[in-house]
Amino acid sequence: MNRRTMGKTVLGLAGAAMALSVGMGAAFAQEKLKVGFVYVGPVSDHGYSYQHDQGRLAVEKALGDKVTTTFVENVPEGADAERVIEQLAASGHKLIFTTSFGFMNPTLKVAKRHPDVKFEHATGYKRAENVATYSGRFYEGRTVVGAIAGKMTKSNIIGYIGSYPIPEVVGGINAFTIALREQNPKAEVRVVWVNSWYDPGKEAEAAKALIDQGADIIVQHTDSPAPIQTAQERGLWSVGQSSDMTRFGPKSHLTAIVEDWNGYYVDRVKAVLDGSWKPIDTWGGISTGMVELAPYNPAIPADVVKMADQIKADIVSGKRHSFQGPVKDQSGKVVIPEGKTATDEQILKMDWYVEGVQGKVPK
Amino acid sequence: MNDLALIGPILAAMFAAATPLLFAALGELVVEKSGVLNLGVEGMMLVGAVCGFAVTVQTGSAVTGFLVAAFAGAATASLFAVLTLFLLANQVATGLALTLFGVGLSALIGQGFVGIPLEGLPKLFIPGLTDMPVVGQALFGQDIMVYLAVAAVPLVHLFLYRTRAGLVLRAVGENHTAAHALGYKVLRIRFFAVLFGGAMAGLGGAFLSMDYTPMWAENMTSGRGWIALALVVFATWKPVRAMLGAWLFGGVTILQLHVQGLGIDVPSQLLSMLPYLATVLVLVLISRDVARIRLNAPACLGKLFHPDA
Repeated sequence: MNRRTMGKTVLGLAGAAMALSVGMGAAFAQEKLKVGFVYVGPVSDHGYSYQHDQGRLAVEKALGDKVTTTFVENVPEGADAERVIEQLAASGHKLIFTTSFGFMNPTLKVAKRHPDVKFEHATGYKRAENVATYSGRFYEGRTVVGAIAGKMTKSNIIGYIGSYPIPEVVGGINAFTIALREQNPKAEVRVVWVNSWYDPGKEAEAAKALIDQGADIIVQHTDSPAPIQTAQERGLWSVGQSSDMTRFGPKSHLTAIVEDWNGYYVDRVKAVLDGSWKPIDTWGGISTGMVELAPYNPAIPADVVKMADQIKADIVSGKRHSFQGPVKDQSGKVVIPEGKTATDEQILKMDWYVEGVQGKVPK
Repeated sequence: MNDLALIGPILAAMFAAATPLLFAALGELVVEKSGVLNLGVEGMMLVGAVCGFAVTVQTGSAVTGFLVAAFAGAATASLFAVLTLFLLANQVATGLALTLFGVGLSALIGQGFVGIPLEGLPKLFIPGLTDMPVVGQALFGQDIMVYLAVAAVPLVHLFLYRTRAGLVLRAVGENHTAAHALGYKVLRIRFFAVLFGGAMAGLGGAFLSMDYTPMWAENMTSGRGWIALALVVFATWKPVRAMLGAWLFGGVTILQLHVQGLGIDVPSQLLSMLPYLATVLVLVLISRDVARIRLNAPACLGKLFHPDA
């Protein structure tokens, strides 16, 4: 029932001025909640932003009669982001998802000016009265992938393409390396930072450089499928990022770490609708379905698939943690002692490499 | 692994990385020689990239794809030509607008083509030559577009400096009033120069989307059009120097990735800046020599021309 028919019905029933105002009030309450989404890349990237947009579509599908959604794509991290978020807030959006790390400070600034609007910032760590944060424990997926890579590599060199040296990416490299070397202590990880989330040309160049240096598996923490294409061209393995990228290299794509925001977004919009929304921090992993693995390449031997599934099951049951002591840093110093696991705080602030990663974290 | 063995792959990757820049820079060089400054290279590259990709996906023919890319680049450029040459719009503003337009238009055209994989072009392989150590892969293991870009360098040079048409084009760029007085069709010559620039930019963009990373992604040129523009000044409007500049830029880009992979302790942010720093540095060095700039820069660059004025 839309606003106009609602008003008419009430009018017809009561037929009094008093009823009219009640009708207006009811109609107002019935007004759809406007939800805004801000993406760092194009919706069509078939990676990070694409997955967020799938979440938006899930919200529309589940709650389409109560909400309308808007999205803004290709928003650069920085001053421009603040303008975009401000515009969404000013145009009546009452819940705004800002989906990239670099939107953190702009989100908080706008949130301060619009206390009646609720904000959700992905992968950040600053919260406020009206700013919640959420992220996936993607490092759990990287643990599974690392173990697979440990079994599949022949050259014992893994090429890792990083976007920016932020804790999320560094932690991912570490989780991957720990699992990799558990299966294959001789394997090492070489990291190349491209300082971009999305630049197909540069990502392909980075993949080529790593392959030329002997890497036979390319792992990426950037969003374009270009590294997969490069690996396929050279007849080597690769791991996709954010979404299933199999079609870009069916012979090369081992699996991908898939981000699934659908459930979370629907839950949060529901929370705003029923008034139970709170500025909390959500950090879901494989067990919550926020982190998934794309179907394994059929060329992976059955025992490796079995091992990967076991690791996944152990992570879900809590028997296994991605950062399980003893974990040593590059100098051989034990950072996480035996019998302990890394705290969330340690993971969120990770700025050091574990043993087995070449090079230093750029400061 | 011996680090010296990396020289071959680095060289091979360098030539490929330089190719889109070389196409676009050569085109823009001719445009500027005719006295027109078209800042819309990035936009034309993107339109060429998406049209070439789309047609190749539809027809399965890469040759058709590249032809359409060149045509699409030229068509985009013709918009600029009409606005600046015949309607006398400001060239800088129109060029910037053309880039913004190209970004949007290419995204629109490309909507249905995202996420579709494409086979790249086959690489040359000559037994005995391609497997030569160090330079084999770099010189004899590329695909046809890499060779075409290099082949275009002497052609553009010969055209500009050894043909009558080239002489007229340069004359128009140096002094359009005098060229007009001599009876040359200034606007027509510039129009075709701008179209050529658009076609070359289109080819450069299509190289990216059809070969280098065979897929379509919004904004996939990531600023390469701007680098091409800088290369023209860097080259002081000389085709051979534009090629050397493109190689230098491509080489530094590839080299910094290798330095990181080898774990050499240099900040990656600094390394990412290196290609740009190198370009700026050479620009500064060249600009110190006023005579050199003055000798080569077309005197009427960016100036509007009205035949009846």
